[in-house]
Amino acid sequence: MNFDLFRFAAPQAFFPVAGKLIPWFSVIAGVLALAGLYVAFFVAPTDATQGEAYRIIFIHVPAAWMSMFLYLVMAGWAGFGLAFHTRLSGMMASAIAPTGAMFTFVALWTGALWGKPTWGTYWVWDARLTSELILLFLYLGFIALKSAIADPVRADRAGAILALVGAVNVPIIYFSVQWWNTLHQGASVSLTRAPSMAATMLIGMLLMALAAWMYSIAASLARLRAIIRERERDTEWLRMQRAAA
Amino acid sequence: MTWGSLDAFLAMGGHGFHVWGSYGVTILCLFLEVFFLHKRTKS
Repeated sequence: MNFDLFRFAAPQAFFPVAGKLIPWFSVIAGVLALAGLYVAFFVAPTDATQGEAYRIIFIHVPAAWMSMFLYLVMAGWAGFGLAFHTRLSGMMASAIAPTGAMFTFVALWTGALWGKPTWGTYWVWDARLTSELILLFLYLGFIALKSAIADPVRADRAGAILALVGAVNVPIIYFSVQWWNTLHQGASVSLTRAPSMAATMLIGMLLMALAAWMYSIAASLARLRAIIRERERDTEWLRMQRAAA
Repeated sequence: MTWGSLDAFLAMGGHGFHVWGSYGVTILCLFLEVFFLHKRTKS
């Protein structure tokens, strides 16, 4: 028998799989978050220059990473649906958007509360902060546009174009601290060089980032199931499932 | 162990408002998302 991954592009095939995966990702997210919080508050030392206020980065950095990463995944699924007309792809993009918007808001909020003690201001219109704010508006625009169009196929198509055009903002956010003279500091963690922080701080941040990742998968899958239920309400397979339940 | 007492832990070196304001709002956001997801799944 050959295993066909594309089978799962059909909502009725993916629906039960998503249902089985959600509890696993939720539990892993919870365990990683607890371990991350323990390291963040009880293992990681006080920062020499920023004092205790730096402990905000344990949520700020993972939230900011997720906000950008989820946008790319969302735009990827939207683009995939636009190209291949797969039914599930547009729903996948819709399922990710609110979680992405939530993490973007958290990144902005925690950034403001970190900025006050560290820079002396909650907000400045520098390139990093402004482009992250635009990311929030892109998420909200994507959600609003899709909910404004009644026909789901057309909504998916319009949303996909918005998501793909907006994707250009993600590298702008990421490289803004190098391209412009920003108040926001440069990256402390990068793939090309050693991180400029204590090992325990890095471990705490990575644990929290992994937790955020697992949480995002669980939340997106749960929302995907809700969207499938709403959109495929009148199909035979869901009717049978309702009858069986 | 970094903290001598619960008070020191809550004070966060004078930045309790900023640290707990960040963590509190993040937890609230997560709670709200899960709450609305649950509601949407139920209906």
